[in-house]
Amino acid sequence: MPEIVAILQGNQRAGARMIRLLEQGKLEALTLLKQLYPHSGNAFIIGITGSPGVGKSTLIDDLITVFRKQSKRVAVIAVDPSSPFSGGAILGDRLRMQRHATDKNVFIRSMASRGQTGGLSRATKDAAIVMDAMGYDIILIETVGAGQGEFDIATLAHSTGIVRIPGTGDGIQAVKAGILETGDVYIVNKCDRPDVDASVHALTMMIGMQNMGRQTSHPSPKWTPPVVKTNALKGTGVDELADTFLSHFDFLKKHNLTDQTKRNQETLYFKSLLKDLTLAKIHSFMETSPAYKSVLKRIQTHEMDPISAAEHVVNTMIILK
Amino acid sequence: METTNKIRVLIAKPGLDGHDKGAKIVALALRDAGMEVIYSGLHQTLNQIIQTATQEAVDVIGLSIMSGAHLPICKRLITMMKEQGLDDIRLIVGGVIPYQDIPELKEMGVAAVFPGGISFEDIITGMNKLFE
Amino acid sequence: MGVAKYTKDEKGAIKEVIYQSGIKVKPVYGPEDLEKAGFTYEQDLGAPGDYPFTRSLHPQSYRSRAWTTRQYTGFGTPEETNKRFKLMIANGQNGLNVAFDLPTQMGYDSDHPLAEGEVGRVGMAIDSLKDFETAFAEIPLDRIGSGLTINGVATIMMAMYQATAEKFGYSKDQISTTPQNDILKEMIGRGAWIFPVEHGVRLVGDSIEYAVKELPKSNPVSICGYHIRESGATPAQEIAYAFEIAKAYIDTVTARGIKPEDFVGRFSFNFNVYGNLWEQIAKFRAARKLWAKMLKTEYGVTDKKKLFLRGLFGGGGSGLTKEQPENNIMRSAYYALGAALSGAQTTALCSFDEAYTIPTPRSALLSLRTLEILMDEVGLRDTVDPLAGSYFIETLTLEMEEKIIEEMEEVQKWGGMTKSISEGFIQRKVSRQAYEYEKGLQSGEYRKVGIVPTSESGNRPEQETQKTDVELHEYNQEWAEKSKVNLIELRRTRNDKDVSDSLKALEKAARGTDNVMPYLVTCCHAYATVGEMAGVFRDVFGEWNEPEFY
Repeated sequence: MPEIVAILQGNQRAGARMIRLLEQGKLEALTLLKQLYPHSGNAFIIGITGSPGVGKSTLIDDLITVFRKQSKRVAVIAVDPSSPFSGGAILGDRLRMQRHATDKNVFIRSMASRGQTGGLSRATKDAAIVMDAMGYDIILIETVGAGQGEFDIATLAHSTGIVRIPGTGDGIQAVKAGILETGDVYIVNKCDRPDVDASVHALTMMIGMQNMGRQTSHPSPKWTPPVVKTNALKGTGVDELADTFLSHFDFLKKHNLTDQTKRNQETLYFKSLLKDLTLAKIHSFMETSPAYKSVLKRIQTHEMDPISAAEHVVNTMIILK
Repeated sequence: METTNKIRVLIAKPGLDGHDKGAKIVALALRDAGMEVIYSGLHQTLNQIIQTATQEAVDVIGLSIMSGAHLPICKRLITMMKEQGLDDIRLIVGGVIPYQDIPELKEMGVAAVFPGGISFEDIITGMNKLFE
Repeated sequence: MGVAKYTKDEKGAIKEVIYQSGIKVKPVYGPEDLEKAGFTYEQDLGAPGDYPFTRSLHPQSYRSRAWTTRQYTGFGTPEETNKRFKLMIANGQNGLNVAFDLPTQMGYDSDHPLAEGEVGRVGMAIDSLKDFETAFAEIPLDRIGSGLTINGVATIMMAMYQATAEKFGYSKDQISTTPQNDILKEMIGRGAWIFPVEHGVRLVGDSIEYAVKELPKSNPVSICGYHIRESGATPAQEIAYAFEIAKAYIDTVTARGIKPEDFVGRFSFNFNVYGNLWEQIAKFRAARKLWAKMLKTEYGVTDKKKLFLRGLFGGGGSGLTKEQPENNIMRSAYYALGAALSGAQTTALCSFDEAYTIPTPRSALLSLRTLEILMDEVGLRDTVDPLAGSYFIETLTLEMEEKIIEEMEEVQKWGGMTKSISEGFIQRKVSRQAYEYEKGLQSGEYRKVGIVPTSESGNRPEQETQKTDVELHEYNQEWAEKSKVNLIELRRTRNDKDVSDSLKALEKAARGTDNVMPYLVTCCHAYATVGEMAGVFRDVFGEWNEPEFY
């Protein structure tokens, strides 16, 4: 069992083992997580999302460099898709960040999505809590990047950066996909490409329109998502990007929005845990309950139809507890 | 919570040799066998490999070595693994490994050796065996 | 069977054959096939030695001269290498092909932590001009040309070769060197890259420009489809990617205001002979033709000799198996036959024990003898392009040409070779193919003699029983010690100011747009080390981050 003290002291071996247990879904790991939870809440969590090939990993690699120059301790969670066929995965995002591997103040953890949609894996939030408790100042989370619809990151991060590249269907499509509702910072990467200014312009316009809509529903202080141009391969624009994220964090703190964010996130986390724990109960019930087994047998001998069987089992469980 | 114990493996190319076809296709084969594979990329120092294995909490470190330097590399890495408290991680080696060197590698603590030419099936079976 | 895909009926008769490049082969070919393909002698073949050189670069081909063979040498220390060089020259060799150890290839000195265990292992260790002076001592550099098998720091080695020659009293227009210098293929295949793609290409550009202006007898780049094929590319892709790489280099040099006519004649290629015999023959014939056509139509090259696809067709490493290594002797002989039947100018063979170790003198000699048997014993020199006019070979050559063009068009669609490599398009495609091929080999879909498919073996022999008796090349720990001692002595005795001045000038050139070559020559003369020069580049250019491959 990983030691709580070692984790709080920032020991990477202990923290990594803890994350592993959480990822494996070991219930005993939750007991430990409970002890870590009060020590979390200090890190600034930044989500980086966007389609495949837009350069998310390289941007994160650059951001690590910038934040390290500011003496901040940086953790990264990089999520890659699991193969729907084998359940396995190749986790190669850290390939681009490997020069930071030996920096004791950088902790990079790759995660497979394991069938979770929404761009994260089930244990991403848990891992972020562990890293937070380990004392990392900044936690960068790279989503799967399977394309559209990776909105989960907004429920986990303080600041979500959406990475796009010039000339790839900005504008209307992005609005349709709802992608412009989740971003706090928009990043136009590979800004050495010719049509970069058109992309920036289109995005800025869309954000403007979006914000007019926002104003009516949110009378609270308004953050206008900036558009930042970067060229991750050359490292240009990354200083500015880091500053933009930090100023967004300041903005949230200044207007007491971090608390509000935290409340929302805790509710969501609670709901997702509830689902997980209920499922775990069902699984253990399925493994141990004689009632479940007898029902299963009756389905196989056609004494009972599957629908009635499921209803029966659920009712039994609720009565049981 | 559903518990899953997928094998997590770090496939790493230590040192300066850049022949990575073997490492890459084995990574693909392990993925297709349901494992989670972290791929380090080329030109890794042993320290980078150790730190990566630590942060990723892998079950296995798989080295691909074609330069002929497998004996000194494995020896150093095993020492470093012990120093860093990574004794529970299994070290496996593939690449251009002459059969006559296998006993010496096993002796120093390499859990399994998969010389070039061995089938994916044998590698996967061999790896699963490490966790029985 | 073989590397092609064969479908058979219940009785074991072959129903369908598809080559790796994606070409379907018919059971019988006749005149109607040539007619259908629109084949004409003048346009598609021409006489040997005539455009488009499908048949041969020279009118008399092997009649006038058998192929040139190359042996790859360079072991441990410069002293040992020098002995080996002298022996080879005494045996009649007129060119050297120099192998470097991995630290040198990666721009590290022998005392760098990453060099540990690698000094002198796969070639000779070079730290400074001192080592080149030792390696090339008493070698007539005005008569003997040297191939330098190095890419990431090829510019440094070219400069060092020039500095050595100057030290020995030769002028730079007397010497002939051919560095491999193909950084883009390293990024697809062999992995000895250092700097990001655009800086790597800039260095190649600098060396070509410099050779054009200052080294009239040197060939600054040798493009290696070879390693791309070894990484999993099909024969058609091997040629297509090599040509697209060549175009990337041509474009970077023409952007400096130099005409293709002035330098393309100095390009050479290195291609692989492993695979299906007919497919290889068609590949080489199609490649000669396409290269000439491309230079003529796209780049306006007119001088006939500059349209030649020069190079080495050889090797075959991927075709060799670790199982039953003796089989590789026969395999290599047939690969060499393919090279001979397609009129290879220069060749070399992998040795049968290559899957285990660096070739031993015994196995290297065997490779040489294999090549001699073909030329001097069984009659490959009798007539030029003996397969010309074969319904099958000519149809296949045309189809291969089409496939290569298709593959080139795909790269262009991705935005050209530099971008395709930066973004990892090529690497992903090639490694996926390598994986599929390997799976096919293991399942028995492809057949390699000596490899038992997983499906057919309930209980395969244990690893231990497959022991073979290949002799292994020994690594000598003393090489590293010796190199380290030499480095200490060097740093103590050289003029520090000359070193730091020359390195500073180099840095300025690297940051700007000056050609780095003359600055490197000055650094070499000042006894700056390889690690110091490469270190300047590392600081200025950074290192490459390879893209995902899956």
